[in-house]
This record gives sequence, structure tokens and C-alpha cells, in this order.
Amino acid sequence: MVVVELKEVKFGYNSSDEILKGISFRANPGEITAIVGPNGAGKSTLLKIIAKILKPKSGIVLFDGKNLSKEETTKIVSYLPQENSIPGILTVFEAVLLGRLPHLSWRVKKEDLKIVRNTITELRLEKYAERYTSQLSGGEKQMVLIAQALVREPKVLLLDEPVSNLDMRNQLEILELIKKFTKERKISTIVVLHDLNLAAKYADKIVIISNGKVRACGDAKSVLRPEVLAEVYEVEVNISSSDGNIHVLPLRPLSRSFCSEVC
Amino acid sequence: MTDIADAYSKIVQKRFLFIFLFLVLSSLLSFVNLIIGPIKLSPFEILQSLISPREDTTSIVVWEYRLPWTLMAVLVGGALGLAGLQMQTILNNPLASPYTLGISSGAGFGAALAYVLGIYVIAVPSEFIVPINAFVFSFLTCMLILTIGKIRGFTSETLILGGIAISFMFQSLLALLQYYASEEALQAIVFWLFGSLTKASLLKAQIVAVVLIAVTILLLFRSWKITALRLGEEKAKSLGVDVESLRVEILLYVSILTSVAICFVGVIGFVGLVAPHIARILLGEDQRFLIVGSILCGGLILSAGAVASKTIVPGAIFPIGIITSMLGIPFFLFLVLKGRREIW
Ligand SMILES: Nc1ncnc2c1ncn2[C@@H]1O[C@H](COP(=O)(O)OP(=O)(O)OP(=O)(O)O)[C@@H](O)[C@H]1O
Ligand SMILES: [Mg+2]
Repeated sequence: MVVVELKEVKFGYNSSDEILKGISFRANPGEITAIVGPNGAGKSTLLKIIAKILKPKSGIVLFDGKNLSKEETTKIVSYLPQENSIPGILTVFEAVLLGRLPHLSWRVKKEDLKIVRNTITELRLEKYAERYTSQLSGGEKQMVLIAQALVREPKVLLLDEPVSNLDMRNQLEILELIKKFTKERKISTIVVLHDLNLAAKYADKIVIISNGKVRACGDAKSVLRPEVLAEVYEVEVNISSSDGNIHVLPLRPLSRSFCSEVC
Repeated sequence: MTDIADAYSKIVQKRFLFIFLFLVLSSLLSFVNLIIGPIKLSPFEILQSLISPREDTTSIVVWEYRLPWTLMAVLVGGALGLAGLQMQTILNNPLASPYTLGISSGAGFGAALAYVLGIYVIAVPSEFIVPINAFVFSFLTCMLILTIGKIRGFTSETLILGGIAISFMFQSLLALLQYYASEEALQAIVFWLFGSLTKASLLKAQIVAVVLIAVTILLLFRSWKITALRLGEEKAKSLGVDVESLRVEILLYVSILTSVAICFVGVIGFVGLVAPHIARILLGEDQRFLIVGSILCGGLILSAGAVASKTIVPGAIFPIGIITSMLGIPFFLFLVLKGRREIW
């Protein structure tokens, strides 16, 4: 179990502008933390910083209170990038096997093969196992990449829009699976989602990022409020709830002037 | 339903089988290479002098000429195959070869410098003047490219463009040397640029062998990381690969390997381009097998070229570089036109 904690993380791709202006939040083991926010808000950037692919300008990312090196981080963190192209040079089995990179030695261990087989079966990809990844549909490729992220058996799971290419059923199934993994193995899962309904349904905590800051953070009920979403997305929404779930229905985009009046 | 992990193990077994077949073929072809030559020797005589060398002509022919020639073909071919494979990997480009970054131009200029001006960098036995010069200049080329990469970042675009620039620089310098060269020096340069195994010796073969084995072991230790690199830079990073340092490392190995291989035999084309592609078709992209496969495939191609160079023109040795290029071009076109799309 590893608690992920961000403290005043600031970042800019060049020295002049600042994309993240001090982000702080915490992701707990056994919980799904959803990061939402408009396009270009810096969600992907934030995940890359947590995965230690980018270095923050200031601030710190702590795993169980410790500032880990890049190598220590890759041992416990599994990161699925948003850009999810996968060249068709490997079979599905091989591609998923590569997810176990830190454990692979010249001779592939039985244990590694077993984990790969179980994950592929769990994601119902077994009929594609021997196919080249170029021969898969976009959604199937996405499933392969999710399998690749899961076989690492991470303590911290970072997923950047994992269900964006999937059909309704697969969206629900993958998120159920991620939820199950997260609970059973006490993983700290941080997932970027655009669909607020899915975030409300599956996340234990939602972090809304806007203008480089955390605009709101907490459970779905406290975060997904019309005035917050109007300010962040410039969209008028209707929020209802039934059987304990919150539903967000976007109505119409707000003109920018209206927005500045309301907010 | 068959178990998918078992299915994978079957594929792995098949790959081992291919490697084994490559090995058998290489041995056979090498033996053919030992047999063929201006002096008729029976396979039995050759085996006998290999096992227990004596002071007779047969042993001298075998140990001084046939064996170095045969070993050089396998080793240089293997080195070029491996160098080509890794060049294609780090540049993420199926058209890359060991010479893409201008290493051959650097080596050619170095060799020409020795032939024309008699300039040599380090005082060595005369047999080694040209190789050492070629080595120093090809290695210098690599260092130039590494410097460019350090300044502008190790992206494949930067490396390729830098390689083109350096390659043109050495080519024009080489042209200048050729312009001022005496007739004999000019002929020597042209012959060197064709590539040839005629100056093979056991010592040279040993040097290439040591470097090839060392680089192969170093690369095999990194084979999973290199395979991950083939998934793209972003993906490799997300899997925890330090992409930049891996690229630099591989580039360094490839540089040493190519420099050592071509400094003794000159510029032999197409082996380094074609061998990795054949290996890839048969073995897939798993570098644990692809590394070994590319070496064996390169060795096979150059051995076949070596046999051909002794038989095409009776009584003379046809430059092997011309043969590999002539064999390579149609084969390469075939790959481009018929190859499976997902190979690259
Ligand atoms: N490599 C880069 N160099 C410079 N600017 C970048 C780079 N990558 C992203 N940006 C900028 O940083 C900002 C945040 O990008 P980021 O990818 O983190 O957004 P995001 O929240 O993930 O958006 P989306 O929802 O569209 O995926 C954007 O304005 C983008 O233009
Ligand atoms: Mg993004």
C-alpha cells in the first residue's frame, strides 16, 4: 500500500508560462482518484510528473511520504499514457508480456507467463493473443495497453483516459475491473476521465483541475455542482441523482461573458 | 482451447529452431567456403589440417588463407547485421543501416588518407596502417554524431540529419584526396571502397570476434529494454526505460562494432540493411532472438557472397562488396513490394 501525495506541484514546459500552478492532493490505497478538467488543463502533464517522466519546477510528489528516485518509482508505478498508439510489430501476448519489463530476464519465468495469461483472460483478449497488434481495432489496442499496465502488478496505477476508445460495455467492464484491482490489491489508482458520469460512478474521489489549480476535490456529491462545472467547463449542466448515483447532463455551452458574471 | 501461455512457449521454441537452423546453415556454408579456392583441397584434407596442423602446403593454405577468409566473412557479416539491426532500432527507421550516419564515409576518408598521404595516426605494423586510420576516422564520425545529439537531443531526425551532413563532409574530403591521388593510390582507394576479404588474417578475425561477442552480450542484457524501445519513445518511458541513455549506449556499441568490422574489409554494402529484415520476418521483434538472428543472418549473407566472389570469375576474386549490393538490391525490392505490412 502506497499513499501518493502531491504538494504544491508547479510545472511549465518552458520557463515563461506555468501550466500547473501549485497542485496538491492525495490519493489513497484502495481508492480510485479521478482527475477531470477541460482539454489542455494539464491533466496528462500531471500524470507524467507523478510517473517521474517530467520533473516539477517546484513542489514534490511523495510515495508513502518518501521522495523516490526515477528507478524506484518505475518499480511501483504503472503508467498508461494518453497517446496510445502501439506499433504492430509484436503479438498481443508479447506486448502484454513487455508490461512486466522490470521483472523480465533473458529466460521468461513461469510466473510472468502466468500473470500475463491471467490478465489477458480477464480482459477477454485471449482470442487475439497470437495476433499482431496492428491487426486489432482501436478499442482492442486500448485493452491490450490496459493489460500491459495491469500485469506490472503496480502499487500505484496511473491511467490517462483509459476508456476513451471503448464501447459502452467495455467502458463499464474496464472500470469495474480497475475498481476490483484497486480494492483487492489496495492500489492507489489515479485516472484521468472526461466522462463525469463515469467519474461519479467509479471514483472515490474527484479532483477538478482548471487553470493550473485544483478547483475542487472530494466525493462526487460535493464536487460535481452546477456552479463549479459552469465555471470550469463553461457549460450549463443539470445534475440529478438516482439510486445513489450522480448524473451530469450537459445542456448548453455558456458564453464567456455570462460565465464571468456567474463566477 | 489451447492455453495462450503454452502457445507462446511454442512460438519461442520455433524461434530457437530457426536460430539452430541458421547455425547449421552457417556451418555448412563456412565449410563450402573452406573448400573452394584456386588450389584443390578435399574436405578430408581440410578437416585434417584444421584438427592437426602440419608444416605442409595444405595446412598453410588452410590456416593462412582459407580459414581467415571464412571466419572474416561470418564475423564481419554478423557484425554488420547486428549493427544494422540496432541502427534501425535507435533511428526507428527500417531503411537505416550501419552506414546511415556516415560511418562508412569517415572510414573511407581515413583509409584514403593512409593510401594517399601516408599519414597514419598511430605507429603500427604496416598491415594495420589503413585499418587503424579507417577505424579512427569512423569512430570520429560517431563522436561527431554523439556531440550533435548531445546538443540537439537524441531524436532520430537529429541523428539522421547530422549523419547526412557529416557523411557529405567526408565524401567531399575523400573526393578531394582522390583528385590529388597518384594512380596506384587511387586504385587502392577504389578497391578499399568496394570492400574485400582478401586482406583477412586470423589476428583480424580474432579482433572482430572479440568485439562482436562483447557487444552481443552487452546488447542481450538489454534485449527487453530494446524491444520496449520499439514500441515508441513515450511507451518505453512509461515502462520505465531511460530512453536517452539507452540510445546513447546502443549508438556507442554500434559505432565500435561497425568501425572494427569495416576497417579491415572496407565498405561492404547491404548486409547490414537486409540481414535484420530477414531475421525479423522469421523471428519477430523480440530482441532476445532478433539480435542473435541478425548476426547469423548477416554471417550467412556474407559467407554466400564470399563463396560467390570466388566462383563468379574463375581464377580471380571478385570484390565482395559489389556482389552483396547486386544480390541485395533485388532482394530488398522484393521486401518492399511483398513484405508483410506489420513487420515495421
Ligand atoms: N511537450 C509540450 N510542450 C509544450 N507544451 C505542451 C506540451 N505538452 C502539452 N503542452 C501544453 O500543456 C498544456 C497541458 O497539456 P496536457 O496534455 O497536460 O493537457 P490535458 O489536460 O491532458 O488535456 P486533454 O484533456 O486534451 O488531454 C496544454 O496547453 C498543452 O498545449
Ligand atoms: Mg491529456
